Parts: sequence; C-alpha cells; structure tokens
Amino acid sequence: MSSTKRVSVDPAATQMIERARQQAQKLAHDRYQAMLPQCGYGQLGICCQNCDMGPCRVDPFGNEPQVGVCGATGDVIAARNLAKKAAVGSAAHSDHGRSIALALLATSRGQTQGYSIKGVTKLRALAQEWGIPVEGSSPEEIAEKVALTALDDFGRQTGNLRFISRVPQKIRERWERMQVTPRGIDRDIVGTLHSTNMGGSNEPIQLIRNCVRAGLADGWGGSMIATELSDILFGEPAPLVSEANLGVLKTDHVNILVHGHEPVLSDALVAASQSPEVLDACQEVGAKGIQLAGICCTANEILMRYGVPIAGNILHQEFALVTGAVEMMVVDIQCIFPALSTVASKYHTLVVSTSEKAQFEGFTHIEFDEAHALESAKEILLAGVRNYVNRDPNKVQIPTEKSPLIAGFTTEGVFDHLGGRYRPSYRPLNNGMIDGRLRGVVAIVGCNTVKMTQDEAHLALAKELLRHDVLIVQTGCSAIACGKAGLLTPDAVDLYAGQGLQEVCDAVGLPPCLHMGSCVDISRILMACVEICREGGLGDDFADLPVAGAAPEWMSDKAISIGFYVVGSGVFTVIGDPLPVLGSPKVTKYLTDEMEKDYGGRFAFEKDPMKAAQLIIRHLDGKREALHLQPMLYEPRPAQMVGKFWRPAEVEVLSGT
Amino acid sequence: MKQMLVVKIDRCLGCKSCEIACAVEHSTSRDLFEAVKELPAPQTRVRVVQGETFAAPLQCRQCEDAPCVAICPTNALHRRAGEPVMLDKELCIGCTWCVVACPFGVITLDRRGGAVVKCDQCFARAERGEVPACVEACSSGALEIEELDAVAAGKQQAFLVQIERSLTGSSL
Repeated sequence: MSSTKRVSVDPAATQMIERARQQAQKLAHDRYQAMLPQCGYGQLGICCQNCDMGPCRVDPFGNEPQVGVCGATGDVIAARNLAKKAAVGSAAHSDHGRSIALALLATSRGQTQGYSIKGVTKLRALAQEWGIPVEGSSPEEIAEKVALTALDDFGRQTGNLRFISRVPQKIRERWERMQVTPRGIDRDIVGTLHSTNMGGSNEPIQLIRNCVRAGLADGWGGSMIATELSDILFGEPAPLVSEANLGVLKTDHVNILVHGHEPVLSDALVAASQSPEVLDACQEVGAKGIQLAGICCTANEILMRYGVPIAGNILHQEFALVTGAVEMMVVDIQCIFPALSTVASKYHTLVVSTSEKAQFEGFTHIEFDEAHALESAKEILLAGVRNYVNRDPNKVQIPTEKSPLIAGFTTEGVFDHLGGRYRPSYRPLNNGMIDGRLRGVVAIVGCNTVKMTQDEAHLALAKELLRHDVLIVQTGCSAIACGKAGLLTPDAVDLYAGQGLQEVCDAVGLPPCLHMGSCVDISRILMACVEICREGGLGDDFADLPVAGAAPEWMSDKAISIGFYVVGSGVFTVIGDPLPVLGSPKVTKYLTDEMEKDYGGRFAFEKDPMKAAQLIIRHLDGKREALHLQPMLYEPRPAQMVGKFWRPAEVEVLSGT
Repeated sequence: MKQMLVVKIDRCLGCKSCEIACAVEHSTSRDLFEAVKELPAPQTRVRVVQGETFAAPLQCRQCEDAPCVAICPTNALHRRAGEPVMLDKELCIGCTWCVVACPFGVITLDRRGGAVVKCDQCFARAERGEVPACVEACSSGALEIEELDAVAAGKQQAFLVQIERSLTGSSL
C-alpha cells in the first residue's frame, strides 16, 4: 500500500486523520506503514511456529527447503495455520455465547441485578423447540432450563449440537459425509486445535474439514446461542431509527463510548445512563446530559435494541478519541486496539477495561460485576461523567458527519414486515426472487482493515449489487459502514436500487440494506436462509438459493470462522484480502474451487469490489437458472463511471470519493 | 560515488525476507501473490547462508576488478563507469565459468534457461530513487545501501571511539 492511498472514504475519518497528523499522533494506518514490508512467509501462510524445532518456513519459489523440520509441506503448514485461526475465531464467538448463557442462567435464578427476561416470545419459542415445558411456568423458570440446555451444548460429548435440527436435510447429509457435523462447541474447538499440534493432522483437506467443523460449532453453536439468548435476555429487536458517525458526539454532553462485543456490559450501561444518579451527576459537572455511543459489535447490539447511536466501525475507535470530546471509552473484549491508551493520553479521555477476560496495558481496569450489573455500570459511567470537567473545549473538534439509519431487523421480524400481521411469512421475499424482481439476497458483513481504504469496498460492492436488484442484509462493521453512508434508509432505495428492488422495498417500506445486528447475529442470516428454504419455491438447500456472502474488508480470525461456517453451510462467499494460504497452491485451489463439491459452497478472493460484485452476480444468475426462475423483470439500473467505480446515475457521492 | 550494499552480520536474523523481496522484485508481476504463481518461479539473487555462529545474506559484491568480468568469454558480464557489474542476458551463453570464478559463490544459473543471474543492485529501482528490494525488506537493519566513503568514514569513527575508550578506561 503506497502512502498516497487514501486511508478512508469517510469524510469524518479523513478530518480526524488530518487532525492526528497535525498532533503527531500515530494511528493504525501509521503503524501499518511502519510495519511494511510485512513478512512474505507470513502473508503466504508458509511460516510455521508450531513447535520448538522451528520456526520453519518453506520457500515459495521452489528452492530448498520445501518441507519443515518434521516434514510438513507448505500445504500442511498453510492449512494448519488456517485451522488455528478458525478455532480462535470460533472460540471468540462461542465464549461470547457462553457469557450470555451464564448471564441468562444467573438472571433466571435472581442472582443478577439490572437484567430481566425481556424476550418472552422468543423464550417460549426456543423452549418449545427444545422440548422444555412452558405451560404454567414463569419466564424465569423457563429461562433457567433454556440457559442450562444451551450450556449443555458447550460441554457436549455425545451426539450433535441442538441447533443442527434446524439445518436443512441436504446440508446435514453433506456434513455427515464430510464428517464435520458439529458435536460440541468446546469439543470441536479443542479438537481442531489438537489436530494442529505438531505431528497431529498433516493432511490439508482434513485440516480444512476441521476449519469447517470449528466454524459450524460457532455459527450453529456459539453465535446462534449468543443471538437467541441475547434476544431473550435483552429483548427482541424491532425496526427503529438511529444515527451513525462521529457527528453523534455532542459538545455539551458527557460523551461515553462503549466498544467491544458482549452486550452484558453495554446493556447495563444503557440502563445506567438513564438513572437519576448519572443524570444528576451530569448536571453537576455542567453537562446537558450523557451521550452514549458505540463502536463495533456491542454498538450494534445496543443499536438494535435501544437505538443507541453508533460512533463508528472498528477503525473509528481511534478517530473518535481524536475528537478530544470523549470523556471515557469503556471496553470489554475483541477488536480493541491496545493503542487506545496511547492515543487517549493526548486528551483527557479515560480508557477503561471491564472484562476479567481482557486486560490491556495502560487502561484503567474497572471490572464489571454482573451480579450487580446496574450498580457496576453506574460506577463506570460516573467515573466518565466526573471526567467532563477535564475536557478542554478549545481542543475539541467533532466532525459534523452523521447519517440516519434504520436497524433492528431479525429473522422473525421479517415475517412482520413482509407479510403483515395476518399472514407473516417469507412468501413475499421468495416470490420477489421467483418473479424476477429480486436477483437474490447477499449478506455483506465483516470488518475494516488498514490494508484497504476504509469503507470503500463495502460501499462500492453494496451499490453495485443494489443496482442489480440484490437485497442486502448486513451485520457488524460493514453495516456500520453502509449506515454512515446513508444506505440503511428508505431514501437509499431511490438513490441506488434497481427497479425490481425498488418495487419490493417500496411495497413494504424497507431500506435496501437491512441491518441485522452484530457479527454473532450472522446466525440470524443463517436462519433467514432456513426460512427461505422452508417457505419453498427456491430449493431446499442453501446451495440452491440465489444467495451469497461477502466480507470485502475482513481482517479478524472471527471472520475466518464465519467464512467457514457460511461456506460450509453451502453459501458462496467472496472475501477481500485472500486467506493467508496463497503459499500453498493446493489449499488455495481447494478453498476457491474444489470445496464446492464437498460443501455446496466455496470462497473467492477478490479485493476489487467491482470484480467481486461481478462474481456474485454471476453466481446468483447461475442459481436462478438452475432453479428455472423467471428471468429478471428489469435491466440493472444504469451507472456512470466516477473515478474507478461505476456509480448509479444521478447520485450525490460522498465528497472526494 | 560507489554505492555499496553493507551487510551487518550481527543484525541478520536469518528470516530470509530479503530472498523473497529479491525474487518478487525480479518477477514479471512484481507482486507477491502473483509472483508465487509465475512459471518458471522468480529467482532470488541474494542467499542467506548459515555459518557456525551467524547467518548472513550473500550477494554480488560488485567487485572493482571483477573475476567474473575478466573470465566471461562473451563479455556478457561487463561494467560501464558508475554502474554495477551488469549481465547482458542476450550475450550470455551460460558457460558458468563466472560461477566458478566468483569467490563468493553468488552467481547461479537462470531458471529461464540459457544464462546466469546475479544481483544487479536493483539499478532499476535506483533510477526511481528507491533502495534495493532486499534493503527495503530487511526489518532488522542487516542490509543497508551506503556510499563507500561514508562506510569508510563510519568505520574510522568507530575505531577512534574504541581506541579512546581503551586509553581512558572510560565508556564515553
């Protein structure tokens, strides 16, 4: 990446980057430049640090050595490294799910203060699905059994995960054949890690099977438990209006950012932020109130349920601090840059870690106590409020950029939206695809990365697909990217959508991109595919459906786990940067080609969002043809070339894009 | 003024990033992920070699009185004033006498056939104002490109400091 490449297409980010440069403040993109050139062996996946007879590397240009000390080839090394990463990603999501299950259990037993069973409809539905009696039982009694049943799946040693019963038959048959049906969440992660131990599995295709199984234990295990039980404990989301970008911060309010993943923390902070103690404290320090805003997935959780605005996606964690307007950033775990303490030190900002699982050098640690969630959250917020007096108003620069957005879409909510109250169903969605108004549904998800211009690929891919009548569902930092750019509003239908997509969205009053939540909420998208299959007319297998996944700016190991569970479930997925396996032509070919025979889905590696869009459109058209669906009713919306990307005609683009 | 590739053996970590960077630089695509697909595989001109107690990258020293130039029967290996020792691939017949003549063993056969390859001090990058690929890639500072006079001057300074310390018995 040359130094002339733009860091971000987000004008708010660009302002903060310039401000940081003037203040001689090093941010993630500066640290990335200092890291260049990055190690070629690492990038190619052919560096092995598995044992003390190493570290080993194989030569990518045919010279010696071609095998490690133990004899592992580059193919084995690359596949083994990938398996470790998939296991780590699965562990992150699954441990998050475990936290929610434990919190639900404790709450059901009256052992927490500040939580209650809010999602009773989903509680009863899940209980019935799991054969737990609901008649005559209080929500707490049902919730206790549901939590124990969910926790059961973590330590399961026999049989398979419970949610496998939701999976269409043909997919389960493929999994049985490939021996990847997830058996137990902790077991499958441990099993995958075990196989990567030196002298363990030394067969690349088996190692990739382990990648898939670890991923499936996440998607149909840890993540799905996280989503379902979060809906039960914190409430089932419904469509609501909010805003995204740095402009949500206020000069006359105490600004507190919450960053990380597990809503046990963020949910309590939301409640505490409305308590009299905290509001009084704000008055006392001369602030009009408290502005809570989120970064990353925990932001998406409290957005979906409460409409708390979003300050930004992952790279914004530093940009937000550079405003000089943040009294406190409260974090729990995952995707948090340890650099935050250095960046914050230039301002009055306190950076507070709260999770017993995640401490950071230089952060103030105030451990969050779930047993006393509300009091604990208040204590944390009050520390932030008291910091307001230390803010130097002359050193504050808050970008004005912020966009309205609609969030709160769930698998079940689609019923309400698409079918109305009397006949809620996925029929209108399926018909939309069958009749040729919708080409298909594509999930655009995933992170930002300093290796690419922030948000550029998310937006370009989304807009290119929208003009081709593709309905987009989103989670995570990608949803935030599109939210900041105005794509999560009904206005975006007029600006970007093709004719067919316009008709569907206008008929039901939907935006063309549906925000379905945090990254664990990709399990909602899995369930949406289940419902599409159940509704009928589009096949009974994810591999039949005109759907695809995309993670154009991925960077996290969690994204690798997600990639494996989406592809492993039969969905073609295009990611931006390649998986770190290109040093092994064999593994690369399997992941991007042969894997489809075994799992019904495969990866494609494509950094250029316009080319990625073409791959996806061709894939959707191929599935449509195989299903003998109606040809598309309308031509794609015309576009014009703006810079290196096509743009829908008559559109006001983000300045400088 | 002669630019020389300075090797600091106490800094070489043996990571071989220089080998990868050199191969990519001399590939067709000059991009890592594309270069690994090229056939024949791109070739490094620098080799990290393990000694008893240290590792060091070895490449063409651009000798002033180069044995390879003297022995080359077709004048494929030659030097014009102010340039590194260069190989004219068209003239090279791959007789490999230069391979034998080179005291450092840093000339090898070209995988594309019909000739040899050796380090060209990335003269194409120099014309663009860039340092050699191996120098850019080395993350531990074991490889640098410097003017010869500056290298000598640096050595003189270091030597003086050493003498002064041993005479005064102090560490300055």
